[in-house]
Amino acid sequence: MSKVTGLFSRRSFNLDGILCSQLENAAKSKIFLLVKNSECLDQVVRQLEKLYDIHEVSLHDDYALDIFNKLGCYCNGEGDNKK
Amino acid sequence: MIMTGAEIIVKLLEDEGIKTVTGIPGGANLPLYNALHKSKIIHILARHEQGAGFISQGMARSTGRPAVTLATSGPGATNLITAIADAYLDSVPLVAITGQVPLSLMGTDAFQEVDTHGLTLPVTKHNFLVRKISELPDIIPLALHIAAGGRPGPVVVDVPKDIQQEKMEIHSWIEPEKRKQDFRVDPGTILSVAKKINSARRPVLSVGGGVISSGASSFLRELSHKNSIPVSTTLMGLGSFPSDDPLNIGMLGMHGERFTNMLINDADLLLACGVRFGDRTTGKIEEFCSHGDVIHIDIDRSEIDKIKKANLSVVGDISSVLERLIPHVKENRRMKWLSHLAGLKQRYNHDNNMSQDIRHPKQIIKEINSLLDPGAIVTTDVGQHQMWVAQSYRFKNPRTFLTSGGLGTMGFGLPAAIGAAIANPEKQVVCFSGDGSILMNIQELATLADYELNVKIIIMNNNQLGLVRQQQEMFYEGNFIATSFKTNPDFAAIGREFGIRSHNLENVRDSWGVLSEALRDKGPVLINIPISNELNVTPIVPPGSANIHMIGGETNEQNGY
Repeated sequence: MSKVTGLFSRRSFNLDGILCSQLENAAKSKIFLLVKNSECLDQVVRQLEKLYDIHEVSLHDDYALDIFNKLGCYCNGEGDNKK
Repeated sequence: MIMTGAEIIVKLLEDEGIKTVTGIPGGANLPLYNALHKSKIIHILARHEQGAGFISQGMARSTGRPAVTLATSGPGATNLITAIADAYLDSVPLVAITGQVPLSLMGTDAFQEVDTHGLTLPVTKHNFLVRKISELPDIIPLALHIAAGGRPGPVVVDVPKDIQQEKMEIHSWIEPEKRKQDFRVDPGTILSVAKKINSARRPVLSVGGGVISSGASSFLRELSHKNSIPVSTTLMGLGSFPSDDPLNIGMLGMHGERFTNMLINDADLLLACGVRFGDRTTGKIEEFCSHGDVIHIDIDRSEIDKIKKANLSVVGDISSVLERLIPHVKENRRMKWLSHLAGLKQRYNHDNNMSQDIRHPKQIIKEINSLLDPGAIVTTDVGQHQMWVAQSYRFKNPRTFLTSGGLGTMGFGLPAAIGAAIANPEKQVVCFSGDGSILMNIQELATLADYELNVKIIIMNNNQLGLVRQQQEMFYEGNFIATSFKTNPDFAAIGREFGIRSHNLENVRDSWGVLSEALRDKGPVLINIPISNELNVTPIVPPGSANIHMIGGETNEQNGY
């Protein structure tokens, strides 16, 4: 995850929200990144894809904003498959 | 077979064909050195980890193969960071294996503990922190594979000391799964590129370090000749296209020739290969090649549209892209365009207008150039001398010019020359440096003396930080501060004390004679050449300006440098 957040800060990309959880016996993680749909989005995706640890990047604009806004409510688990 | 972590690392390096490593031992990598003791791998002991990193870079840059450097934890790793960042910006396959405090002590502010993984994260292509010995058989081959594959870059492997010491039973060596990047290029895209070239009236090729990384020089020449496309190179691209080729229009950008920048401004098609549109190359990006279309070919997809929007792009290995492109490009002699080029060249030929003063650094560089073998490898430090070499040395072959382009690291030249000499024992190696830069890694003269390598060091001594002084003169109202040295050592005396034959050309009557004899000598030689402290590198594009607004290099320039 530090590789992902580090990329955002050093490339001056804005990152509005982040959620990260482990999958499949901790060998992989899934990260949800909330970013603005700006003109640098392509560049964000391409730079992310370049990171060796990144397996796949996909864009979603049909996410429920709630997941980021009401993080507190999700303390007991229950993620959502959105990005 | 039972092996320690350190033995596994060394065995895998041997298997990967690593013959020479550089480094400095310390507490946290002693187990690794103990394993190296029994290995055939030659270890070059540098005098500073940054020096070791740059020696490895010299090996990697001159051969294209990954090179390995070793450092201990804490200061060993932090000293190495500049060399790693330098490799990152210039896409050099450097692999650094650093010792780390034992796992149990990590995070406790132990002696010589720093977060190497965290510190090197933003300046590496990838980095590993080894947490289990069982990861090593995968990580070491992967580190070399990642460093050299695709767009090359540095990789750090941080290995805690207890993992180096731990033992593991190994039954068989299994090759790790290496991710292969898929660079299949759509044939339709190749045809579109060819169509654009064929219909262009004023095309220019702009080539960078990617052409050298890809080994695409011969395809570049074929393409350029077939369709009569003038070739400009970036600083990192020097050597990819012979400087004596009539279609070579030299280096573009901040310290490029005026006619080169003017021609690119007139182009209706810029064919950019293996470049990243760095700010020193493009000047004000909005006005760079603003009248032409841009085709961008690069192996790194994230470079496409990063700075300069491309009208058409191809992501792939430049060699294979050009190889497939050439058959579809029509022969064309482009008489009109080339005569326009000839006109610009004649009008703005900076060198012809320049004073022929034989004491001018550019004349000194040309003289040295004429005394060296065509295959000689040239390294530079950073500053005025670097730009003068880039402007006046006639590079003919790829991987013969090693310079710190992206990071601009003073102190690069000497250790890089040592590395180049280690990897190319049959070649002449010359390091052009300045009195500011050479002191930033002067300790490596000891490493040079250890191995008596065929390295000639030319110090162009103007007793100041010349390129900074120049900027103060031109852009800071001549308020000179902190650029002139109050004292400077006698570099020839320093060289001699390190055990290196040294000459000081100050007040020497037959300086050319001394110089040519010194260059012919076998083994290391240091030559101090005093130069004027009032010279500026011209032409120059003021930072933030468009490339066509250069200072210097005008038609009737009267020694205006």
